[in-house]
Formats: sequence, C-alpha cells, structure tokens
Amino acid sequence: MKRFLSVILVLILALSLAACGSAGGNESGTGSNEGGNEASDLKIGVILVGDETEGYTKAHMDGIKDAAKELGIADDQIIWKYKIEETDAVTEAGKQLINDGCTYIFSNSYGHQDYMLGLAKENSDIRFVSMTGDTADKNGLSNFSNAFTRVYESRYVSGVVAGLKLQELIDAGKVADKNKDGSGNIRIGYVGAYPYAEVVSGYTAFYLGIKSVVSNVVMDVQYTSSWFDFDKEKAAAELLMNRGCIIIGQHADSAGAPTAVQEAFKNGEVAYSVGYNVSMLDVAPDAALTSASNNWKVYYKDAFEFALKGENIPTNWAEGYDKDAVGITELGASVAEGTQAKVDETIAKIKSGELKVFDTKTFTVGGEEVTEAFATDTDGDWVNDADNVVYDGYYHESEVRSAPAFNLRIDGITELNPND
Amino acid sequence: MTVRNNGRDPFVHLTKRAPVSALAGLLIRAGAFVFAVLLCAIVVWIMIGVDPITFLKTMFTGSFGIQKLENAKNFTSFWRIFTSSYFWTTFKTGCKLLLLAVALAPAFKMKFWNIGAEGQFLAGAISATYIMFNYPGLNPVVLLILMLTVSLIAGAIWGIVPALFKAKWGTNETLFTLMMNYIAIKIVDFFFNKWRGTKSALGIINIDSEAGWLRSLWKGSESAWFRNEDLIFMVTVLIIAVLMYYYLRLTKHGYEIAVVGDSQNTARYAGISVRKVIIRTMALSGALCGLCGFLCVSSQGHTVNSNLAGGYGFTAIIVAWLSRFNTFTMVGVSLLIVALENGSALMSNTYSDLGFSVAFGKIIVGVMLLFVIGCEFFINYKVVFRARKTQKEAVEA
Repeated sequence: MKRFLSVILVLILALSLAACGSAGGNESGTGSNEGGNEASDLKIGVILVGDETEGYTKAHMDGIKDAAKELGIADDQIIWKYKIEETDAVTEAGKQLINDGCTYIFSNSYGHQDYMLGLAKENSDIRFVSMTGDTADKNGLSNFSNAFTRVYESRYVSGVVAGLKLQELIDAGKVADKNKDGSGNIRIGYVGAYPYAEVVSGYTAFYLGIKSVVSNVVMDVQYTSSWFDFDKEKAAAELLMNRGCIIIGQHADSAGAPTAVQEAFKNGEVAYSVGYNVSMLDVAPDAALTSASNNWKVYYKDAFEFALKGENIPTNWAEGYDKDAVGITELGASVAEGTQAKVDETIAKIKSGELKVFDTKTFTVGGEEVTEAFATDTDGDWVNDADNVVYDGYYHESEVRSAPAFNLRIDGITELNPND
Repeated sequence: MTVRNNGRDPFVHLTKRAPVSALAGLLIRAGAFVFAVLLCAIVVWIMIGVDPITFLKTMFTGSFGIQKLENAKNFTSFWRIFTSSYFWTTFKTGCKLLLLAVALAPAFKMKFWNIGAEGQFLAGAISATYIMFNYPGLNPVVLLILMLTVSLIAGAIWGIVPALFKAKWGTNETLFTLMMNYIAIKIVDFFFNKWRGTKSALGIINIDSEAGWLRSLWKGSESAWFRNEDLIFMVTVLIIAVLMYYYLRLTKHGYEIAVVGDSQNTARYAGISVRKVIIRTMALSGALCGLCGFLCVSSQGHTVNSNLAGGYGFTAIIVAWLSRFNTFTMVGVSLLIVALENGSALMSNTYSDLGFSVAFGKIIVGVMLLFVIGCEFFINYKVVFRARKTQKEAVEA
C-alpha cells in the first residue's frame, strides 16, 4: 500500500509541477508553423517501419539524408523514429514528433497510413505524408499526401534487359524443351510478395518488357506472402526453375531468388535473375542481369523543397524516369551484347512519352483488348469502380493516385498460388 | 554437486541469508539499479561516445519527458501537450503491461505457471474485433458491452482449457499455455488476412464511423479533458490492480489460491476443491488478459494484429515475478520496464548514426533488468568462499 501511495504521490507531484510550469510558462514559444520556414528552423519527422538493417527502410533513409544534405537541412533538423510497427505506435510516434516541433512528418510503410490519417485529422497545422499509401486522393485533407515512384517503368526496362538475354539464348540454341510450354512459349518466372496491385503492376511491366523483345513468352508468378523472407523467396525461385522458367524476376526484398538462381547456374543450368531494390551482383555474379530500383532521394528532395517554402506537399506524387526517380542497377557481366544501347533507347522513349509501358495494344485480358479499367474503389469492397484510366491507347498508371493501381491479370501470366 | 568432501568445504558455496528488512531490501534493489544505470552509461560512453549526462538526460526525456510544456497557455493546451508527451506514453504503455501482470498474479500465486497471457490477450482482442468488424451498426453502448463480454469469455476459455487438462489429467500447464499462444496468434493472423482483403495491411477498423471505439460513447458531445480513451484505460487498469490486491489478500478465494499454491495436499486436507480453485483462478486470469485485449482494441489501436500485445504477455511474467505477485509493486516494476524501453528508444532514435541502434538499446535494457533481477539472488543468498570461512572458523575456535 505504501508503495502504491508513493507512486500516486509522485504522480500528483509531477502533475502539479507540470501545472505550475504551464501557469508561469514563458510567452516566447509561439506556434511553430507561422510564416515561411527558414532552412534552419524546419523540423522534419520520419516514422520508419524498420531501421538501417532493413533494405527497404535503408533506401528511404539514404534518400532522406541525401536530399537533406543537398538542401542544407542539418542532421538535427530530422527526427527519426525507427522500428515503428503498423499499430497505434504510429500515433504515439507522430504525437511525439509534433511535440518535438516537427511540422512535416513522413512515414514509409503502407500500414502506417490509417494512423497518419488520424493524426492529420487532429493536427491541421502539420503536414503528413504516407509513402506508398493510397487514400489521399479521396479523403479531402489538404495536409495529407501520398507518394510512390513509377517503379513499373524501371521494371519494364529490366524486362528489356532480360528479353535481350533471352533472345541471345535462343540464338545460341540454349533454350531447351523443358523451358517451353505445350505451345512452344518460353517460360519465365517471377517471385512476388503478395497478389496486390503494387506487385501485379510490377510483374506485368516486367513481362511486357521481355515481350517487347521476345514475343513468345509466358510467365509464372509464385507468391511468398511476405515482403522479406530469404528462405521463401529462394524456395519460390527453385520451384519456378523446376517448372522450366529460364529468367526469374522478383518483387520481394531479399536476395533469396538470385541466390537460388546463382546456385542453379553453378550447377550448369541455364537460368538468370533480375533483382529488386539493390544490385544482386554480389550474391549472383554470374546469374544476375540487373535490378529494378527506386531513387527515393528525388521524392524527398521535392517534398523538402515544398517544406522549406512552408507549402503543402503535392497530394499524389508519382515520378519515374522523367525525374530519375527510378532506374536499373549496374548491368551484370552476363547481359547480351548491345544491352546498354537498347536500355538507353528504351529509357529515352519512356522519357519522351513515345513508349507507354501499359500500351493496350501490347497485351490482352481474356483474349480481348482492354478498353476500360477503374483505378478507384468508392464503396470499400476492394473492387475498383470509378475513374476509368484506359484512354488514348494505354493504361494510365499512377495518375489518379500515386500508388500502383494496375490490377488486371493479362493473358500469358499465370499466378501459381493466388490464394495463399 | 557430488560429495567428495575430504573434510573440506567446497571452494565456494551458497548459504541462505536471514531475511533482510524491507528498507534494506529496497535500498539494495535501488542500489543495484543505480549501479546498472551507471555501468550502462559508462559502456555507452566508451562504445558510442555519448557522455553519461546526455545519456541519462535522454533516457529520462524518452521515458518521462514532457516536451514544450512552456507553450501551454491554458488548461486545454496543457492537456493537449501533456497527453501527447513521452510521459503519457510511458504511463499508458505501463498500464497495459501492468494489467497483464495483474492478470497473471493469481495464477502464479497458485503456482500455476500461466505463460499464456499473450494468447489470452489476443483471444480477447480478436473476439472483440470480430464483433466490432461485423456489427458496426449496433448502438454504441450495446456494441461495447457485447465486445467486452465476448472478450472476457474468450480470454477465460483460453485460460480454462489448460486448467481443465491440468486438473483432470495433470498435463504440464507451462507447455499447454505456451502452445495456446500460438493458436491465438494464428487465429488472429487468419482474420487479419481475411479482413484486409487485397490491401497489404488491415489498418484501423471503422475509421469513419468509430463504431466499437470507446470514444463512440461520447461522440458528438463537447470535448472535455476526462473524455480521453487513454485516461479511462489507465484508471480502469489501476482500479483492477487495487481490487486484485484485496482479492488475493483479504478474500476466501485469495486464501484458497495461496493454500493450493503452497501445498495441494494441505488444500485437500482442508477441504478445498483443488480442481475448482485451479479452474476458477485460471478463468479469472484469462478473462483479465482478455479484458486487456478488449481495452487495447476499443481504446488504443482500434484494430487487431498478432503483434498487438507486443510481447508484453511474456514481459508480464517478469513483472509478476519481480513484484512477487504484489500488485502494488507491479505498478512500479511495469513503469520501470516501459520507461527503460522508451528511454532507450529515444536514445536509438537520436544516436543511431553513432551506433546506438535499436538492438543496442535492447541490450542496455536487458543489462539493467539483469542487475535488478540478479540482486534478488543476493538478497536471498550469500556466496561463501572457503578461505574466508576457514579463517572465520579459526577465529571462532
């Protein structure tokens, strides 16, 4: 009882001290967000799902640090919150960032979004950005935005790299019968995390990139139900290679798939890997062709520039090759001759708008050309029913909202385990 | 140790100490803690390069700091700053840990090693969420009462099942309650995956209607300081801690629990139905964990996932032991553990560039807890070395 009383007493003491503090508080501290922000008094809060030991978060951290350096934002103007789970821990972290004087707060995981939204509703003077989120276009809050890169563009380019390699293998007679399906189409494989639009958009772009070089290809997709699981990704790649897939692409964050492909390569199999996020050349020096990657610095620099001016951050930011927000990593030694020239040409065409990744003439759904596809779900049943994005001959990806919306299952791609 | 005693004592042996006075015990524990903090401060100084003063200051700010309080002009702004401070977070999180530890107290006192608090918590949380997810249209009061009821029942079931098996067939409750955790975790994963649909996270449930949220009770009424989900949560937990103290000390049930814990044969001799006490106590223990699940869903996260308890179902075991099942002591121990966690979190958020990573912060907390737990050993036992004893005996002789 005594100890309980003492705890209560301490509480009361703390409360009364705090109350005194408020009564006699000085008047110098005013609202933090008045007038334009100088570079020196801007404070930026960052809520991260991981820390520097996790590739996805590290890419964001590097992007933030590089952007801040270029704009003259000092280290102590950025307040970090590491390993914030996708729970109300986001709310706590956000409140503390606000108390610490942050006026712009970023979070990097999709599951942070609802909590960021809750904070945005209650703190209209603070700007929130939920990276990879998808609700900013319809919730009508001026202080809440989403951002995503057009990584599907770089996936398309990485597909072109794979396609050129495949053509070289065909010419050299290295494509065996086991690499073909009944109709003579060459099998390629893809290790995907989940059957979400983000992944579907990515593998479709990769497939179309290969198809722009070699027309008779089919793709199998194996899901791992995890964004990061070395063993599962490795096992998925092995399964795909056993089915005869000759190129293995991926949308999952570990080096599991390239490791499996490198092992197969060492055993004399004909198999090559296209990675994600970072160069896979150190784990698969022979088998890795390249990786599709994001360059988050481009986004953060854009966003911080708005912050320095004290302005709202664009609600739905999505940039790709036009701003160098995406790219492919260093080409491996195994790529086909003339790859670099073709890559440069493809990138130039994407930049100029001449090439559209989701050109409706290049794919069919159920044997038909797509003339209509919706990007927005208005009634919450996870079926998109508004905002037709197919016009002018292509699917307008990431235009209604920054997060990928392409969710069509096109002909030639088979999901092996869509219900896992 | 094998007996190979050539007329000599072993080089080192342990003897039980006479009980130390409450004050001395407190001083020893406080001393151990202070020593642990200083040791960690020095380690951090050498390895990371953050000086001890900054270390202590940051640890304190991260656990009990109230930022920018000087900006408070009136009660409303004071309240807003206060309720979003590090101080508030620590007390709130501490209460979550406290309730789980309080829930374990009766089972542990009965020497029933319930390490299934995590699962009992999740059973309560998922059943409350199930109601909230499927029946958002109900009257707010009815909905919340329904959620509360099902979470109490689900938590109790998660506690009763291992108790039944123990009472009937003498199964090992430690393994049984542990395994029940994983069942609960997988059930939560199942519904999480089902409800999130094609999105990569479930997010907050009923984010627009706020159905099943504690705050739906006063939705639309004027805001007031006491209409605060966190505050209601904390007060509820503290009341339960007080009630549990008296339940264990002053009631017949509490006495029966103590007797069963000390000796089941004595209990039988005294005419206590051991089975009944075991099952009843585990139902209570599980139901309280379930209640914690309900409170966390309705007043904190407004969602569910298998990490909702955040491992506190296991940390609560340490709290219950360190407090020797005294629920008032648990208040302090829970706060201490959460304060250390939050303090080291701020350290890693501030100094990760220097090498104070999240993992390093966890090591620091681990070292401090090790000292606090370790000193319990030295309060109860003393280490006696042969040489010293021989001398002493020589003097006595």
